[in-house]
Amino acid sequence: MIVVGAGEVGSSIAASLCQSHEVVVVDIDPDRVSELTYELDVLAIEGDGGDRSTLVEAGIADTDLVIASTDDDETNIVTCGTADTLGDAFVICRVKDTQYLDTWRSAEGAFGIDFMVCTVLLTAESIVRLIGLPAAQDVDTFAGGAVRMAQFEVPADSPVADQTVAEADRWDSLTFAAIVRDEEFVIPDGDTCIRADDEVIVIGSPDCVREFAADLSPSSAGPDDIVIVGGSEVGFQTARLLEERGFRPRLIERDPDRARQLAEDLPKTTVMESDATDRSFLEREHVGDADVVVTALDNDEKNLLASLLAKRLGAQRTVSLTETGAYVELFEEVGVDVAVNPRETVAEEITRFTREQRAENVAIIEDDRAEVLELTVAGDSSLAGRPIRESVPDLPAGTVIGAITRDGSLVTPRGETVIEVGDHVVLFVNTEDIDAVAAKV
Amino acid sequence: MSRSRLRVEWRASVSLVGTVLRYLSVPLAFPLAVALVYQRDVLVFVATIVLVVGLGFALEGLDPDPDLGPREGFLMVALTWLAVALVGTIPYLVAGDGTVAQPVNALFESMSGFTTTGATVMGDISFDTHSRAIMMWRQLTQWLGGMGIVVLAVAILPELSVGGAQLMDAEAPGPGIEKLTPRIAETARVLWLAYVGITALEVVLLYGLNVAGMAPNMTFYNAVAHGLTTMPTGGFSPEADSIGAFSAAVQWVVVPFMVVAGTNFALVWRAVNGSPGRLARDTEFRAYLGVMGVVTALLAGLLFTNGATGLDVGAFVPGDVEEALRHATFQVVSLVTTTGYATSDFAGWSEASKYVLLFTMFVGGSGGSTGGAVKIIRWVVVVKAIRRELFTTVHPEAVSPVRLAGRVVDERAIRGIFAFTLLYFVLFFVGTVFVVVDAGRTGYSIDVLEAMSATASTLGNVGPGFGSLGPFGSYLEFSPVSKLFMVFLMWVGRLEVLPVLVLFTGAYWRS
Repeated sequence: MIVVGAGEVGSSIAASLCQSHEVVVVDIDPDRVSELTYELDVLAIEGDGGDRSTLVEAGIADTDLVIASTDDDETNIVTCGTADTLGDAFVICRVKDTQYLDTWRSAEGAFGIDFMVCTVLLTAESIVRLIGLPAAQDVDTFAGGAVRMAQFEVPADSPVADQTVAEADRWDSLTFAAIVRDEEFVIPDGDTCIRADDEVIVIGSPDCVREFAADLSPSSAGPDDIVIVGGSEVGFQTARLLEERGFRPRLIERDPDRARQLAEDLPKTTVMESDATDRSFLEREHVGDADVVVTALDNDEKNLLASLLAKRLGAQRTVSLTETGAYVELFEEVGVDVAVNPRETVAEEITRFTREQRAENVAIIEDDRAEVLELTVAGDSSLAGRPIRESVPDLPAGTVIGAITRDGSLVTPRGETVIEVGDHVVLFVNTEDIDAVAAKV
Repeated sequence: MSRSRLRVEWRASVSLVGTVLRYLSVPLAFPLAVALVYQRDVLVFVATIVLVVGLGFALEGLDPDPDLGPREGFLMVALTWLAVALVGTIPYLVAGDGTVAQPVNALFESMSGFTTTGATVMGDISFDTHSRAIMMWRQLTQWLGGMGIVVLAVAILPELSVGGAQLMDAEAPGPGIEKLTPRIAETARVLWLAYVGITALEVVLLYGLNVAGMAPNMTFYNAVAHGLTTMPTGGFSPEADSIGAFSAAVQWVVVPFMVVAGTNFALVWRAVNGSPGRLARDTEFRAYLGVMGVVTALLAGLLFTNGATGLDVGAFVPGDVEEALRHATFQVVSLVTTTGYATSDFAGWSEASKYVLLFTMFVGGSGGSTGGAVKIIRWVVVVKAIRRELFTTVHPEAVSPVRLAGRVVDERAIRGIFAFTLLYFVLFFVGTVFVVVDAGRTGYSIDVLEAMSATASTLGNVGPGFGSLGPFGSYLEFSPVSKLFMVFLMWVGRLEVLPVLVLFTGAYWRS
């Protein structure tokens, strides 16, 4: 496979896939090319992705997959178009602008692209998912929305703190897939005790996950008052998606023309034209009373400042956009509740899509140390026709069956549940065991 | 100022006015036919047709190849309405019957007709004084004025196809026209076709009631006459007692037609053409029905408790549910849509009821309907814009565009609507003062409510007022000066004030 553009996204994809694929990376910057050659087990080529000879040199003729992941939308589209004419590889394109996504969605195969990921939209979607579940740090959906996976941090005042899993297991269709304690995975059994500051990964129906989230931290009920700081594309899309879900967010934008434009495009959002670091404005508008403050300004430092200011004024929870991947942990360290990096989000999406040849859907947990993936049970599967209690010991240790969907509805997996051929199973698996698990199922 | 510095090609405008006048001979054939049937006033209409055609050709001669720009468009529209009203006096003057034989009265009657006001200066409304042909001409002027003479001209005159949208914009009631079809002439034709169709339906229904024995005095003549003045929200009637002369069944049948007449025609056209759901979703239509519903309920309550006794027409005792509801509904719908029909002499109702009715004179029909006054669409925008002002007082940084059915209303349009509404009320108050002062000068006794109703009624093209101007009275007693002033009010009211007032600014005539 060929990855064009070795920025944060390209390198991250290359790093995730270089073990299972032969990866060729193309970048226009010679320094970056030589860096990559030593850093990763990939072939790095210097050149322009839109240039025919570069792609031929990269071996486009026998490539299965081309991923265009530079920071420039037009370059990516031209690269994809060129790749499409030179071979029959599956072409994935990364774009920022939603208008290209709209074009691509409305005309199948437009620009010769087989799959398009839109950074802005993906980021906004992941922010909205995070907003929807208070205290969640990561949320993903499976089986067409019937199953949801979420990762939560357990607060000290939570009712499940210091309970065993058996005691805590009072939500109908919810499974505790894993607990992350001191950076280590603990695969829970009935006697495992959940402690404060643990991170729990749960899999279940969306309703149950929401209930669980509400019970987990009683202090934060479902969000109602949402403030978005910054009318960037991500801010706009976030507001739009929130409107679609019935929220009436407030959006703060500094530029008068942009504010007017946003106000026209977002009928249910209250758009305010002001500087988000103006403390007296924030106090007057009671931003401190907000349940969630999302900062989506065009600059990381401003995002951090705005988040911390909102937090200081009393905002329940802050979600901040971070353009620099390295800042994510730093942001969370100094007080931002969740930092979202668009590049990481899009790299995850592309990696996930690439792996879909085996699994239908993948969520990557804790820097790719484990995954939650969805598989269809085949006729020769070792799971088929047996109760889970009997089949689980055949799977690698640390594998948890989180949920089963049969004909689109959820079946809660318990020891006595019998898995049938054609069921979709959502599994929690350590990354190194993926191939073994896939083979068994 | 030398002519070369005049930046308006007034000859082109006048020439096109001539074309419109020439075509006016076609509808004049209708009262001529009536005259032939009843063998009275035949020569009056022959003479009128000859005069109109001759005048039309004479004006067209001023500029054989008129080239219409945006400025000439304003002039042409304003002049057309003035010219048509002047020409409309010819049958009254030539026939020489009754009070309208006097030129100022004839002009008042003619302008009141074309602008669909429905205020009359006829001293005696009966076929003894006036021929049936003259009365039918009076009805027809309203029908022609309703959908708009210029709209009709755009529909049939190819030379108006380019500037047509702007012409219709200047003439059509409400802020901005909606193109139903890509070609403006086609849009104009569609509007007129719908207009003719609904008028015909009403005539059939009204005459049907007669055939069914539910309305003995609704003759075919009357059915046509009232059909012609309902759809344009006109209000003239050849019966001295207006709709009050007919049975309750007729009164109920007329109500829905007045409602349709006050609805945006583009909306009606779309609803008939397969998307009736649009009616229910339309913000303006809902506001329109809502206002009428609330005011009707209020008035019906007042009428139910007080009744309306001691009236010549439409008197009823307190406690009669059907009568209270029917008279309240009819009068409210009639005045909100600016039709001006009446089933009961509301000039004799209680003070409270009269003030409720005065309020309805300012509401007006929907934008793009034949109704006059301020119009629902403007009120909706004004209310929303005021609500925004209140909101931004609390949240000064908030940016909130005014939306109408999900679409953002342009700030310039909002400014225009505020300007119009304010100007409308300024004209109303200035007009009231003028009427009271002039009445004092001539020794005509009129109270404030009556003077207010006279101005509101003529400016809003409603028709009847209170006191001696009531639905079964007339404006005859006013001095000629007051009458000419009201002719002006009807004229600017029909063209929605701004397109006429722009002609009185220096900037319009210079570069």
